[in-house]
Amino acid sequence: MNGAEFVSLSLPPIVIGVLVAVTCALPGNFLLLRRQALIGDAISHVVLPGIVVGFLLTGAVATWPMLLGASVAAIAAVVLIEAIRRLGQIEAGAAMGVVFTTLFAGGVLLLEQSDTSSVHLDVEHALYGNLESLIWLEATGWSSLADPAALAGLPPELFRIAGAAGLVALLLAVFWRPLKIATFDENYAAALGLPVTAISLGLVIVSAIAAVAAFDAVGSIIVIAMFICPPATARLLTDRLGAQVAWSVALAAIAAVAGFVLAGYGPLWLGGSDAVSAAGMIATVSGVLLGLAALVGPHRRPLAAQP
Amino acid sequence: MLFEALTLGLGYNASLVTLGAAALGMAAGVTGTFLYLRKRALVSDAISHATLPGIAAAFMLAVALGGDGRGLPVLLLGSAVSAALGLLAVQWLASRTRLTEDAAIGAVLSVFFGFGVVLLTVIQTLSTGRQAGLEDFLLGATAGMLRSEALLIAVGGLVTLAIVVVLRRPMLMTAFDPSHASAMGVNLTRTDIAMMGLVMAVTVVGLKIVGLILIVALLIIPPVAARFWSDRADRVVLLAGVVGGVAGWVGAAFSATAADLPTGPMIVLAAFALFCLSFLLAPGRGLMAAALRAASFRTRVHLRQGLLAIANDQPIYETLTLRLLARRGLALPDGVPTEAGRAAAARARLDEERWAIVRADPSLELAAARYDGLTPLEDVLTVDQISEIDARRPAPEALA
Repeated sequence: MNGAEFVSLSLPPIVIGVLVAVTCALPGNFLLLRRQALIGDAISHVVLPGIVVGFLLTGAVATWPMLLGASVAAIAAVVLIEAIRRLGQIEAGAAMGVVFTTLFAGGVLLLEQSDTSSVHLDVEHALYGNLESLIWLEATGWSSLADPAALAGLPPELFRIAGAAGLVALLLAVFWRPLKIATFDENYAAALGLPVTAISLGLVIVSAIAAVAAFDAVGSIIVIAMFICPPATARLLTDRLGAQVAWSVALAAIAAVAGFVLAGYGPLWLGGSDAVSAAGMIATVSGVLLGLAALVGPHRRPLAAQP
Repeated sequence: MLFEALTLGLGYNASLVTLGAAALGMAAGVTGTFLYLRKRALVSDAISHATLPGIAAAFMLAVALGGDGRGLPVLLLGSAVSAALGLLAVQWLASRTRLTEDAAIGAVLSVFFGFGVVLLTVIQTLSTGRQAGLEDFLLGATAGMLRSEALLIAVGGLVTLAIVVVLRRPMLMTAFDPSHASAMGVNLTRTDIAMMGLVMAVTVVGLKIVGLILIVALLIIPPVAARFWSDRADRVVLLAGVVGGVAGWVGAAFSATAADLPTGPMIVLAAFALFCLSFLLAPGRGLMAAALRAASFRTRVHLRQGLLAIANDQPIYETLTLRLLARRGLALPDGVPTEAGRAAAARARLDEERWAIVRADPSLELAAARYDGLTPLEDVLTVDQISEIDARRPAPEALA
């Protein structure tokens, strides 16, 4: 593969993959430490009914209504989970299970009921996404990176996920201290006068933004994997929050690049002819990294077993 | 049409699917209750997502060995193997590393599912078109099901249900109080393995009907719905079985009436409808019961405060208090007490004075602890005790 092909066919999906992975891994660190890791799972399931409703209301596969629908669905799901948990005195995990399966079932039903056969909207697409299709046809080589006319032809998903990545990183940087304190000791944070409920809700909303933006580009399965695996791997490598977040970003990027390359070229090396799902491979690589860390990571032991 | 579907009048296959879904729902509801009471409901999410690579691998293996690859028993066997691997991975991550169980669940479900997607795309490239049907396991598909498959599912659902019935006692004891169960001679490890084995069985049997993404709903929603109706573990188990069975039956029947009503989502939505009914209507823990309790408590507080105000000749400004007093004929709408109102007010004041004596006396500490400004002393002490307290009142006066 020469430079021109790489720049137009592989560079955009790799960059998007890395941005998706990092955008999800950043809030994932805090969700993991707050024992809310599965919020990412729940959010990425309820994105489906959100985009279907967005599609039904506008009648077109337009990006913004569908993203708006997904965001509304994500926030509605979080509110519903809280309502069932508090009003019904139901354990959080079970309340989550009730809400996300029901909303997902509703999304599938709506999809079957509505005439979406003419447009590209189906459950498989929502699950695996299509990272490989995000190519940059206008590129003619590395020089295109400096050519405004060619840059305008970049996949629009790239700009959206870049915006989301910047927003998430900025919010984490600005609210780092309160978030850190509230994550480690909520009572202490409350005693300091920090708005712990608002912090908790804000984190979930940021996660929803990350999930929706990432979903737009790559589908839900990679979103769940990136919310959990890189932070969990980093958790086994270090005891310091700053280091953990840095590690998780690095691991997410490694998983994205390695996963994309393995999916694209791995089958060729093995004598096959076609690429396999990049989203699936990225999730797999992140799982392999987690497995390695669980076997040899310096801080893998359960907390009670530490000297 | 719907009536025929509900009464098994839509053909042999549809009836088998409906029966199978009902048996599956019952088994799932009961099994799910044990999971729920052990606070491990979402482990089933990891198990169900972990079936995907097994399905794909079984297909590839069968094709490599010269078979068709689409035989349901082979695929279900493969799904069971990888579900077991997924479960082991969750257990291992949660017990041998510092990761919490929810993180382990999320990691396993996303990684196994991602790997399954990779295998699915491999299958697509290996033998174009022949993978037809594997995607059906994501959301379930009962349309066009072979008779042998429908039979397998119905039998599988019934066998799972039978095993649940046999094992219910040790599992119930373990779920309710593990240390007590252990003391009573229940082998906790073996019970846990049996419970997880049943979750896997439910998942595998449900793959074709409900699909691997939604099967977790059948394990979670019925127990949560049943929990609203009772605080007794054995009744919750039974009710969850009923809720799951009804959801399976009704959902499958609805889905059989039209082509664009997929079975899995219909069953889940039926279960959710039952959950909503329980959430709203259940006595005790339901929303409506809670609202009624709150309203009656508020009424008692307002009436009591209103009567004490009348007894002390204080004006009442609170409109709700005025309305409640007027509705009971204790006062006129402008707050002027009626004869009955004055009598009730005097009784309320007498009660407060008696309570004051009770609360001042250390020997009546236990009774005093029940003072909440609402409970009449008659509900706490005997007539004799009250007359003894009346004797201590400084200047006994006749009732107004």
